[in-house]
Formats: sequence, C-alpha cells, structure tokens
Amino acid sequence: MKLVKIDKKQWVEGLNALRKSFRLLGPVKEDTYYSFKELKKGEQPDFSFLNTRLSPKSLLFPQSEAIVEYSLDSREEDHHVMKAIEADESPRAVLGIRPCDAKAVTLVNLNFDTPEYKDPYWVKTLATTTFIGLACDNPKSTCFCTSVGCGPYHEEGLDLLLADEGEKYLAKILTEKGQKFLEAAGWETVDEDTTLFDSKKEAAEDKITSTVATNNLKDQDLLDLHGAPFWEEVSFACLNCGTCTYTCPTCWCFDLQDEVHGNSGRRFKNWDSCMFPLFTLHTTGHNPRGTKLQRVRQRFMHKLKYFVDKYDQGIMCVGCGRCVNQCPVNIDIRRVCALMNDYKADERVCAVQE
Amino acid sequence: MEEHVQNPYVPYPVRIDDITVATEDKSLKTFKFIFLNDGDEEKFSYNAGQFAELSVAGIGEIPIGIASSPVEKGFVKFTVFKAGVVTSHLHNMKVGDIMGLRGPLGNWYPWDLLEGKNILIVGGGFAFTTLRSSIVTMLNPENRSKFGNIDVVYGARTPGMLLYKDELIEWEKRDDINMHLTIDAPAEGWEYNVGFTPPVTEQKAPQGDDDTYAIVCGPPVMIKFTLPVLEKLGYAHDHIIMSLENRMKCGFGMCGRCGIGKELVCKDGPVFTLDQINQTPREY
Repeated sequence: MKLVKIDKKQWVEGLNALRKSFRLLGPVKEDTYYSFKELKKGEQPDFSFLNTRLSPKSLLFPQSEAIVEYSLDSREEDHHVMKAIEADESPRAVLGIRPCDAKAVTLVNLNFDTPEYKDPYWVKTLATTTFIGLACDNPKSTCFCTSVGCGPYHEEGLDLLLADEGEKYLAKILTEKGQKFLEAAGWETVDEDTTLFDSKKEAAEDKITSTVATNNLKDQDLLDLHGAPFWEEVSFACLNCGTCTYTCPTCWCFDLQDEVHGNSGRRFKNWDSCMFPLFTLHTTGHNPRGTKLQRVRQRFMHKLKYFVDKYDQGIMCVGCGRCVNQCPVNIDIRRVCALMNDYKADERVCAVQE
Repeated sequence: MEEHVQNPYVPYPVRIDDITVATEDKSLKTFKFIFLNDGDEEKFSYNAGQFAELSVAGIGEIPIGIASSPVEKGFVKFTVFKAGVVTSHLHNMKVGDIMGLRGPLGNWYPWDLLEGKNILIVGGGFAFTTLRSSIVTMLNPENRSKFGNIDVVYGARTPGMLLYKDELIEWEKRDDINMHLTIDAPAEGWEYNVGFTPPVTEQKAPQGDDDTYAIVCGPPVMIKFTLPVLEKLGYAHDHIIMSLENRMKCGFGMCGRCGIGKELVCKDGPVFTLDQINQTPREY
C-alpha cells in the first residue's frame, strides 16, 4: 500500500494543475443539498457533505443522454438515417465520490458492459474517468454499507482513496490511474506510516451500526419469495413516486425516446423506473406489473434476489441509505431485506391446504 | 457467445421495398426491407425465431419478430399489426421511405436441439410471423432432411385473417408437411378445418414423445387452451417451446423493463420452454 500526504494548503494549487489534463467533477452545494457537477474554472469541490441527494451515477449514466441523431429533411442526403452521437472521451476526474457510490459503479457495470453487448456511452465514459474517493469518517445513521460488501473505506471502483486528517489528506493509491492523477497534481510526499490510515478505517467501520443480513437470499426459492404474503404490507403505503429508483446508485433502468425540433431529431436514453405503471404497459392495455404491489415487489426482488441469482456478486445495493432517507412513506429496504432473508415458506402453509 | 462490437443503439439504415396488406381487415401489413449499406445484410445474420427493433426516426422503435427466413436472401420481412404509435406510423409509410433496423435480437427456436426431431407448430391469429420463418427454413431443400414429420396447426377467425395465405395453400399441396388450417366458423369456399385452434390441435396433432417438439405462438386465450391439449397428447413441458412478448426498449438486455424474474424476455428469450416459463414469476 502506498500513501501520499496532501497538505490542504497545496490542494487548490494541485487542482489547478490537474485542470490542464482533466475535466474535474465534484460535489457542490445547491440550496440545502449537495450534488455532483462539473467544476467551473476556479470552483472547488465542497467536501463538507455526508452524502449527495442523488447518487453520482449520472456522471456515467446521465438522467437524459442523447445517443442517436438524424435529419428529417428529405433534401439532405442522409435524411432519416440514424447516426451515433459519440461520447465525450476527454479525461475526467471525479473528486470526492463516496466509497459506496464507487462500488455501485462496479455493480451497474455488470449491466452495461456484458460479454455480448456493450453500452458504448457507459463503457467509454467509465474508461476515461478517474475516481478519487473520499472516505467516510462520519457516516449517517442510515448507512449500512459494511454488511453489504462495502464500507466507509471500501476501495472497489476507486483509483485513489482520500482520508481527511485535519490539515491534510491521506491519499491511498489504488490503481495506475490514481498514481497518474497524483503526479498531474504534483502531490508526491510519500507517507511511510500507514497506521493512522488503518486506525481511521477501523474507527469509521465501527461507527456503522446499522446492518442487514443477506446470507439466506441466494438459497431462498425465487418463486416462494415472489409469492410471499408480506408484499401486501410492504407495498401498502407506496406512492409509486420513483424517488427510490432515482436516488439509488445501482438502479439502471432506462427508456428510449425520440425528440424532434424542426427537421432534426435525437434519440435519448432517459432514466426510467420500475415504480411507474407505464414502464411495462403493453400497447394492448395489458400490464404484467399493473399493480403497486407487483411494482414494489419487482424493485426489491430485482435488488435482493434476481441480481443475487444472476451475478453471484451479492445484492444490488451498497447500503448508501438514500432510499431509506428520502422515501416519503418510510419504506425501508433494510426491513424488506430482513423479511426476504428470514422468510420460511413452509411455515406459511394455508389451513385450507392442510 | 457472440460479441457485438457495434453500437447496439444505432440501427442499420433500410429502405422499404414493398408493403402488402396482410389481412382482410387491413390491420396487418407486411413490410419488405432492403439494407442501404453493403455488408449490413451479412451483419444482420439471423435465425428463425429472432426479432428486431423497427426504428423510425422521430417516432420511435418497436420490437417485431422476423417473418422472413434466413434462407431468403436480399431482404428481410416483418408483418406488423397496427396498434400503437410506431406501428400506426409505420402503416402510413410508403415504399421508398428510409428507416432503421436494429438486430437481430434475442434467442431463437433451438434448431440444434430440433434436428432429427418431429416438429409440431401451433399458431393462432397474427402470431404466425416467426413460425412462417421457421417453416420456410425447414422446408428449404437443404434443411428438410434434417427434420422428421412437420405438422402445422394454424387458426384464424376467417380465411381472410390467415397470414401468408398463398404460401399456406402451397404448403397444403406438399407431401412433406402436414397442414391443419382452421377458421372459427364455416365460410363459403373454405375446404379445410373449422373450429378453434385447441380442439383442432387435439384432433390433428401427433402424439408427443421424446422425439417430438411443439412450437406454440398465439394470443393468450389460444395458449391457455392449447397447453392442456398438448399435455394430454403427451408433450412434456421441456418439449413445448413458446415465444414471449413484453414491452421492450433496448432489446439487448440493458433497459430492464421486460424482466420476468431474473430472465429478460429480450435477451434470455423471447423463446423459452414451458418448463423454463414455469420457473419464472410469469410477469408477461
């Protein structure tokens, strides 16, 4: 493990040097919330946040992204021929991404970068991005990352991990990209002593007291869980507002829509949500997930069972707690996970069947 | 597993070469497309049972089963029911118009497994497109010897609602395929079966055994009453092959909406055995 000390007095100067080779993105405060934005010249990332309201998944998977363009003007040679809009491939660095959100990128990557098909917009943007993580020394009460294969100092998906230590940052180099980032910034003071970093990590992990158990999910029968009686109660208060799916760093579902102005048009990839009835509505009027119960069940079954069975990489959740914090009716994925993990189908045999 | 290196969101440009009204109520039209660019037809190499996204600039996309057969070269064909925004627009398009085609998408009927086997095809209404592709493929002189008996039960409301009627009549005349055409009620000049598809299947279809597979496509009500008939005839659940439909956008497994449990209809399907479908939550 290689640690580099960054004196905070050299922070702004380093960032200015980095701007020569990177577009910089980071958390900024907007009203009462924080969100990830491209930093303007001279603008600094604001690291005083606990977590951003929306996850930074939009940096790789924008809420609305133009992917294809065309002309409808029949006087033009290539009219109605649809052409790819190429992704911006200039190098960028995301400053201060939380370890949970970085791990989420690796989970979403399973969907967009597959052996058969690759989403070129996601894949190219990911390849050109350097992720500078910011370790969490003061997690929120709703953080449960340590029990879902993640943690406040987790390294997956990151190129460099910063830990805040008063007058300085301790930067742990995780990849060659991270090394190059440090070189471009001119931060090269190696710290031989890793004990402080390690003890900070341990202390931070100890602060995460909220946990979920996921150990039985893989062995649970898929159809038993799907038919479990608790979905009625879990979904009862749901408004199908979609907040959970929009704030979630691992939700990846999207829609494709055309937009035309005059004679030129573009096709967009837009975030969509399994909470919306239109998501699955057939033209015939038939809807395979026409009820709220079916839609709420789909969200949790996808994250906690289908994903587990399909990829064998744990659950499709990094414990960031955003959906828990922001759900207007207090539906809590930790509780649903417990219901699913502890479910015993055979104890629920109906009296009539006996 | 085949890797697709191209941008999967970008359609191949195609020109509408021919449009024919496919049913007497004019609700279905068959579109014949020709690829604009050299080499695209080869890249669009498909198997019977696959589908593609018909892509109209400024309107949107719609997933439709491929009705032409891989043995038919120089074009691809789709028969489209006028139902929603894209298909209604498509029905108003003209020969010569330029649009796009994304695919081929999804899996196909398991042709490797079906080699050497007897094939029963049961179709109803306008769900006969990929079945036509399959029949044309199997009847091709190079392929016919690879299969045992071929039986086809195909039903529609009236004679004029049967798709590809000229071809059906041609196949009736052949001795290497057993056609069992049926319509709901007697009609003048109709010399074949009368009655719904499930009872005609019960009367005419061969018994199921290890060496006989059924491919079933049709409206939900036909499926509902045909499956018990096939079970009665002795078809095991892993010998009943179906093709599912769900709302789709991307068509290659990323946008998330067509899931039935952990399977995606667009990428893991649309072709599943009844045995496989029974292990999903049936959200289609």
